[in-house]
Amino acid sequence: MNNSVNSTDIHKVIVAQQKAQDRKKMMVNGVLLLLLLAAPFAFYPVFLMKILCFALFAVAFNLLFGFTGLLSFGHAAFLATGGYTTGYLLSNYSGLTTEMGIIAGTLAATVMGTAFALLSIRRQGIYFAMVTLALAQLVFFFYVQSDFTGGEDGMHGIPRGKLLGVLDLEDNMNMYYFVLAVFIGCYLLVQRIVSSPYGQVLKAIKQNEPRAVSLGYNVDRYKILAFVISAALAGLAGSMKSVVFQLASLNDAHWHMSGEVILMTLVGGMGTLLGPVVGATFVVNVEYQLAQGPLRDWVDPILGGIFVLTVLAFRSGIVGEIQKFMKKNLG
Amino acid sequence: MSEPYVLETRNLIKEFKGFVAVNDVNLKIRQGDIHALIGPNGAGKTTVFNLLTKFLIPTRGQILYKGEDITSLKSPAIARKGIIRSFQISAVFPHMTALENIRVALQTAEGTSFSFWKSGTSLNKLNERSMELLESVGLAEYANTITVELAYGRKRALELATTLAMEPELLLLDEPTQGMGSEDVDRVVELVRKAAQGRTVLMVEHNLSVVSKLCDRITVLAQGAVLTEGDYQTVSADPQVREVYMGSDGSGERGVASAEDDNLEAAQ
Repeated sequence: MNNSVNSTDIHKVIVAQQKAQDRKKMMVNGVLLLLLLAAPFAFYPVFLMKILCFALFAVAFNLLFGFTGLLSFGHAAFLATGGYTTGYLLSNYSGLTTEMGIIAGTLAATVMGTAFALLSIRRQGIYFAMVTLALAQLVFFFYVQSDFTGGEDGMHGIPRGKLLGVLDLEDNMNMYYFVLAVFIGCYLLVQRIVSSPYGQVLKAIKQNEPRAVSLGYNVDRYKILAFVISAALAGLAGSMKSVVFQLASLNDAHWHMSGEVILMTLVGGMGTLLGPVVGATFVVNVEYQLAQGPLRDWVDPILGGIFVLTVLAFRSGIVGEIQKFMKKNLG
Repeated sequence: MSEPYVLETRNLIKEFKGFVAVNDVNLKIRQGDIHALIGPNGAGKTTVFNLLTKFLIPTRGQILYKGEDITSLKSPAIARKGIIRSFQISAVFPHMTALENIRVALQTAEGTSFSFWKSGTSLNKLNERSMELLESVGLAEYANTITVELAYGRKRALELATTLAMEPELLLLDEPTQGMGSEDVDRVVELVRKAAQGRTVLMVEHNLSVVSKLCDRITVLAQGAVLTEGDYQTVSADPQVREVYMGSDGSGERGVASAEDDNLEAAQ
């Protein structure tokens, strides 16, 4: 009797806490939204769009790495596939509106992601990373050899076109708010996925896979779905990027890019929602600032140093460390 | 008449590159029993568990569940049949709260486990049942605690509650009292006794006083083969069993051997 009263009370506390957390999340989202809406008046929109595209790429990668526990070393393949598909379609079929090109690019990456997932999902840890890397290298060589990609030169002059045939995307401000809308949509989607019933299962699989199996979960299927969603969003990031810069190049398919997204996620904080966004902003800024100055030949070693420092001293990344600090000092 | 045995193995064999870990094991687990699987370290007890739940694939032999051949089923399918196992090292989801741990188990029956578009609050309807389960193992006040912060004994209790959330018909417990202090052991014995009502339990257990208190039937494994089977009296009186426990010179066995001695004395 006494016990059951007690347990209802505890339950009430838990639900109240959930609500408080949701409110906090909403507030953070609201502040960020205001900042992003105002940003193009203070900074160069194309630079901001670059950050948003990479942030989306990192958010997609983190869904798989941070929330499912699978380290893919082949995500560049999806970024490039999205970019090349969109670029090719928009360059060659003038009847297509921009968003159709982008949707097609995303779909192409989704299909490729499904194939990658089916081939790699049964491997674990380093073997999983190696299989995804090998597959991504195959894709890279395909793009090097193909004519339609322009090989080493890349694909230039992709038209931005008109959104829905109406809104002129040649205008940087229009383009920025389009990219921002897509980014916010994807960010909220990932936020939803992580807290959904499916997200709970992913969490469980990440934390103790044998136990999840013994509770009757067919873990491979859950992992495949996470991989496919992650690949789709990475492809979308690549598609957006090719429209923003009107360029799709081999850089996006190179394994360097797969490494860079790992760096962004780790520096920002893996397994946090905001981490990859902060990490992408940080890395893109560091690269940009260094390229301006006398250290321009030292970009890679400096990023490497940051990576080592993060892994050794700030395991949780920028956002993770801040969260820890807040928890410790503010309750 | 319904099948008298819930679980039966026929000539179960597992070979690892020239080494036979499980050799021709015929187990018969009766409906409603608490059945113990004992034997010295390396006797193949955990391997048998892994074979039963398909964490390992048998080399030869058959596994029957209520008369149905389940030898070819995979782990998740076996779990869905109602055979749920626990692990030697506590199997919890460490960075989830106790409540969330239970909900993961309850979710299997919900059919929303792929719903990535649904709000997390849709799981709140499972909270009531989760709290009941936590209460049944005395963990209600820890519902909102992150599992990694729970004491070891409580983690094991949580694991048991999670297992019970699946409403298993056959519980496989791998050393539920391993690494526990004596007061925790007594608690777990009570929990297992309670959990076993209306169910069948197969447990691997080193602590023979636990076995003597709980188990209706005992199978002794040694070097991968069944040495003997029977109730506690029969088994503990068997000279072969005594020899396996006492005669093994592995220092790791001394604790078990002396524990058995204590029990024999107590029984006499």
